[in-house]
Amino acid sequence: MTQAVATHEAPKSFIRRYIFSTDHKVIGLQYLFLAMAAVAIGIILSIYMRLRLAWPTERWPLLAKLFPNAMAGGTISPEFYLSLVTMHGTIMVFFVLTTAPLGGFGNYFLPIQVGAHDMAFPVLNMLSFWVTLAGFLVLLAAFFVSGGAPISGWTAYAPLSAIGEIAGPGLGMGQNLWILSIALFCIASLLGALNFITTTLNLRTKGMAMTRLPLTVWAWFTTAVLALLAFPVLLAGGILLLLDRVAGTSFFVPGGLIVSDKILPHKGGSPLLWQHLFWFFGHPEVYIAILPGMGITSHVLSTFARKPIFGYRAMVAAIFAIGVLGFLVWGHHMFVSGMSPYSAIAFSLLTLSIGVPSAIKTFNWLATLYKAQIRFTVPMLFALGFVSIFVTGGLSGIILGQTSLDIPMHDTYFVVAHFHLIMGVAAIFGIFAGTYYWFPKMFGRMMNETLGKLHFWLTFIGIYAIFVPMHILGIAGHPRRYAGTEGFDFLAPLQPIHVFITIAALVTAGAQLLFFFNFFWSIWKGRKAEMNPWRATTLEWTIPSPPPHDNFGAQTPVVHHGPYEYSVPGAAEDYILQTAPPAPTKS
Amino acid sequence: MGVALALVIGLITLGTVILFAGRFWWFPEAISAHGPSIDRQFMLTLTIIGIAFVLAQATLAFFIVRYRRQGEQRASYWHESPRLEILWTTVTAVVFISLAILGQRVWAQLHLNAPPAGALQVEVTAQQFVWNIRYPGPDGKFGRTRTELINDVDNPVGLDFTDPAAQDDIVTVNQMAIPVNRDIHVILRSKDVIHSFWVPPLRMKQDAVPGLAINIHFKAVKTGQFEIACAELCGLTHHRMRGFLMVLPEPEFEHWLRQRAGL
Repeated sequence: MTQAVATHEAPKSFIRRYIFSTDHKVIGLQYLFLAMAAVAIGIILSIYMRLRLAWPTERWPLLAKLFPNAMAGGTISPEFYLSLVTMHGTIMVFFVLTTAPLGGFGNYFLPIQVGAHDMAFPVLNMLSFWVTLAGFLVLLAAFFVSGGAPISGWTAYAPLSAIGEIAGPGLGMGQNLWILSIALFCIASLLGALNFITTTLNLRTKGMAMTRLPLTVWAWFTTAVLALLAFPVLLAGGILLLLDRVAGTSFFVPGGLIVSDKILPHKGGSPLLWQHLFWFFGHPEVYIAILPGMGITSHVLSTFARKPIFGYRAMVAAIFAIGVLGFLVWGHHMFVSGMSPYSAIAFSLLTLSIGVPSAIKTFNWLATLYKAQIRFTVPMLFALGFVSIFVTGGLSGIILGQTSLDIPMHDTYFVVAHFHLIMGVAAIFGIFAGTYYWFPKMFGRMMNETLGKLHFWLTFIGIYAIFVPMHILGIAGHPRRYAGTEGFDFLAPLQPIHVFITIAALVTAGAQLLFFFNFFWSIWKGRKAEMNPWRATTLEWTIPSPPPHDNFGAQTPVVHHGPYEYSVPGAAEDYILQTAPPAPTKS
Repeated sequence: MGVALALVIGLITLGTVILFAGRFWWFPEAISAHGPSIDRQFMLTLTIIGIAFVLAQATLAFFIVRYRRQGEQRASYWHESPRLEILWTTVTAVVFISLAILGQRVWAQLHLNAPPAGALQVEVTAQQFVWNIRYPGPDGKFGRTRTELINDVDNPVGLDFTDPAAQDDIVTVNQMAIPVNRDIHVILRSKDVIHSFWVPPLRMKQDAVPGLAINIHFKAVKTGQFEIACAELCGLTHHRMRGFLMVLPEPEFEHWLRQRAGL
């Protein structure tokens, strides 16, 4: 069969080329820049939260300039604190942890790593980005409408989120915008997921068997399947919630509700239904955030250990097992919700089962380092940091996953510490590893090594300083989403921990300026990068940096090797490109 | 670089272990009959994951130092060991599943058993930032309530006084007294949004969900006054939704109850 190779011409106009582009690489960068804007905002919001928690009555006239309405008195009020909780969580989960690793790196590198010229549906891909951006802007708008941003948290539990402004500030228009934003994000993610799945299944180049896919591709592919199955449920839930709010339906609101001595007209809804729908999405979402980080970590570890990844097949099986089990454990968020205690037992057993594939991945990463020749580049430091943090954050899940231990731990800072480490920080370390690793490919220049290392040290130590003490707050019984410790005698002795965490958070947040500076400075001023500066094996390293519009030009790559052929005995170099001619067979 | 990283990982691990083992801040002393079982299960789990934590971080740190780049030497091509993989998968699975099963014991005792006969019934109705506590009174029966009768000034749970059983019901706000060493059966309700009844020394937390009456039971074995906190985000002053649990000797409890009935 003769294969016509379509050589795409790059569009000439600026708008078609960089704004409404259908090139997966431009779209990937658009996602990355969006995530960078979002993470900057998310970090700033968390600083406001930390300041309130450490010094609740302090006035911050300078900080109030950013939110003149919400901080009219100069202090961070409890309602503003809760708005910050909601917006920080929503921005970070959706527009950073989902957007950067999947929308950003996935878009940019999945087609290249499978040897495709673009995504299967480039126009859908473009749409996906623009809908995501619209969702982000709608979310930010919630800060500026009357009542401000919603105070119901990123989980938006009904009825708090369902009955309007009567339940609290920000629960009017702010909550509507929140739902609209999430709905847009769901739609965008569906478009993206279709693209990832189709591209992986149908557009792999000659010789790129599924068993030769880099683990990054396996991770993005599985993540896309999760997104395809999980986001529609959240979308449906969001629409029902919006109907409860604006159309007088009662999906999540039971009858006989009394708020401020007024009887609400709702009847027959179930608050637990929202939790089931939300967490049916919400738990897979955790894996949507972390799986790409696992993929990147495997990829980077193998490259700089100069060893094949240990147990490739087990790694793929573990990704899949996590994906499947990820859909069967949502009830562990609801042990004390009033759900049947029998189903809690089932969810608990399934939850601890999901620890097994996670542990397998950790063992395999460690085994990859065994008898390695480790190069301590910046991406490698972040990948090693990922392993350390993944272990720390994962192990506390063994406590939270047990029904009886969840009774004291549920909704305390122990949970906050756990999920920040495992889905927040570990995923962010994956993103940092990916950024430092692929920057030379994306921009044709290297990031500054010294700044990168300084960034790593401050972040790695800072993260532990923030989140390890947070577990202790939870053990002492401190509920999460409290605007301060002032309401309870048993919380007062914990205040020094809050001050310590806030100082650690300020230093860690400040360290991120190094990253932003390094990133933008290196785009223009970084040392020129070669085609394959890390001496790595996968397809992206066989094409120029940055890659041309159609990636491989007229030459479709042919794959002859697995993705992690490092230090192969007898080979000329300590790495074999996937496209290198096959080793001569002895006959 | 490798040595420095290993050192930092080592120090972080040590610091974490000291913070957890030192118990500078920790659980308040358990005052419920089931509390010590939860604490034991917690310590068992914490010890196991503590060992796993130290082993994993130490291995990571050791490999980082031991296998840092040395000249132009090649790394080993070793990348598979079915025996090793089967071994660690099995061990992990056995440990994790065993913990999950052990963790069900207290859960089953608390949630699969009905409240013991003769338990004192107390109804807790949460509303934004207040805990309404109701006792059935001398007749031992909760009277009828009607939503329309609720008002925050003098009838917070909407007692219908046309029902004789309602006339002796005792309602207090944020003050929950219980007798020590007696089974307590709490019926949790909410008037508006979801709240969560959380008394740390009792090791008891349960959401109060509007539209549902959720039954929990426990027995306090130590007297004293403890704070009831709300553990589910419920709105503006969620962080100040405080009630008091007073665990009293039986005679004092009876006295307290009679006083409330007189009011």
